[in-house]
Amino acid sequence: MASIVFDKVCVDFPIYSANARSLKKRLFQVATGGQIGTDASGRLNVRALDDLSFTFQDGDRVGLLGHNGAGKSTLLRLLSGVYEPSSGHAKINGEIGSLIDIGFGIDGEATGRENIYLRGALLGLTRPQIQNKLEEIITFSELGDFIDMPVRTYSAGMHLRLAFAVSTVIRPEILLMDEWLSVGDESFKHRAEKRLTELVASTNILVIASHSRELVCHTCNRVIWLEHGKIKMDGPAAEVTAAYFGPPPNQ
Amino acid sequence: MANTSISGALEDLSSALRRSTLIATLGWQDVRQRYRRSALGPFWLTISMGVMIGTIGLVFGQIFKSPMEEFLPFLAAGLILWTFISSVITEGCSSFIAAEAVIKQLPIPLSVHVFRQLWRNLIILTHNIVIFPLVMLAVGKAPSVHMFLAIPGLLLVLLNLVWLCIFLGIICTRFRDIPQIISSLLQVIFYLTPIMWLPSLLPQRAGTYMLDLNPFFHFLEIVRAPLLGQLPSIENWLVTIGIAAVGWIATILLFARYRRRIAYWL
Repeated sequence: MASIVFDKVCVDFPIYSANARSLKKRLFQVATGGQIGTDASGRLNVRALDDLSFTFQDGDRVGLLGHNGAGKSTLLRLLSGVYEPSSGHAKINGEIGSLIDIGFGIDGEATGRENIYLRGALLGLTRPQIQNKLEEIITFSELGDFIDMPVRTYSAGMHLRLAFAVSTVIRPEILLMDEWLSVGDESFKHRAEKRLTELVASTNILVIASHSRELVCHTCNRVIWLEHGKIKMDGPAAEVTAAYFGPPPNQ
Repeated sequence: MANTSISGALEDLSSALRRSTLIATLGWQDVRQRYRRSALGPFWLTISMGVMIGTIGLVFGQIFKSPMEEFLPFLAAGLILWTFISSVITEGCSSFIAAEAVIKQLPIPLSVHVFRQLWRNLIILTHNIVIFPLVMLAVGKAPSVHMFLAIPGLLLVLLNLVWLCIFLGIICTRFRDIPQIISSLLQVIFYLTPIMWLPSLLPQRAGTYMLDLNPFFHFLEIVRAPLLGQLPSIENWLVTIGIAAVGWIATILLFARYRRRIAYWL
């Protein structure tokens, strides 16, 4: 059983270094999504998320739509527990896993094997757990003898395959993604797709931020459209995508 | 509300300790990263520390006319420990700032970043401590059973360093000028604390102020004295324990209050 309950959640980023306010403030308001304002003590704030209330339950496949700066990434970070709401309550039940920035924490000077331990530890796996999965990860990444070479000698594709293979060993109850992962050449892509689909199928709740209509319609059963940090629309995928992207092309 | 945030702070600490694999892996990686492709690796630190102890020992030993078999082990133990303490504090100031990328990316207990740098510095300390027995051998001093008391002493110092790092880490993340102030202060404390000079050289009255009121003297003494075959005074122990108690209470309160804000300050 996993669930996410948001009740009037706001996120304000304090800006301590911004002195030039008036003109910049105006410009920002036009150019980006966040709303800049001052709080009671006169401190400059950027409101990234404003008054979000929703409930996600088992089986929800939620897509997040919105322009750059609408608050999608901030919402994902809030869900992952990196940020806590500035006001309101966010209640998250269930183990969270994230496939955002899968290459994070990989050290170019260390070998592929060392990086598996490193990345695994960052994902919350214990050493024996990593040892158990080690062979599977190495086989899946198709790195062969390169696994004991420093990662800086890898090609970009090998780098991604390693990152993908380690990051997808987790089986969380709540999975967070920023766009669908697509890695490697044709044959690897096919296996990666299969592995990712399995992972997504095994989670209770999926939250994915995307700009792709196809992806959202294909994977999600519910879509939240964010604009300027607020929920503009929340409903079944077909309805919201139709409102966001316009009517479906084939009908 | 206040209660839940205190339990949140304690929960952060205990779950950090449960993730010892992560702490050890990251700490090791830091050391390895610094010395990768270098043949001697962290032992370069040992060598430079050894050279420094030798030089300072010769010069100041002459100036103070201290007997070498007393001064050199005193200097070696003091300098090695001080280097550890001061780099833990300096790096503690920036442990959250340095971990910005991780903090903004993964929901890892925040105190992991403090333990990580503590672990890294402990690894370096174990490389440096090798010098001490060599110095003892060189001046022909025999080890004593009191040496084992240095272990609980070091643990107590670590207990103090952890709260100090969390406390300073929070403040330094919010106010970015503090790390500079701290590193200047550490320079001052280095000269105020008997590391390069023997406490017995101080006139009686000055001694009471410069030693008794200096917490770092007590921190050093509970580890250094046993290494030199002496017993730390009861006062050394009590002051160190007392500072740990007060410091931890203050740190838990501060951590409880501002833990959630740290990600926003980065």
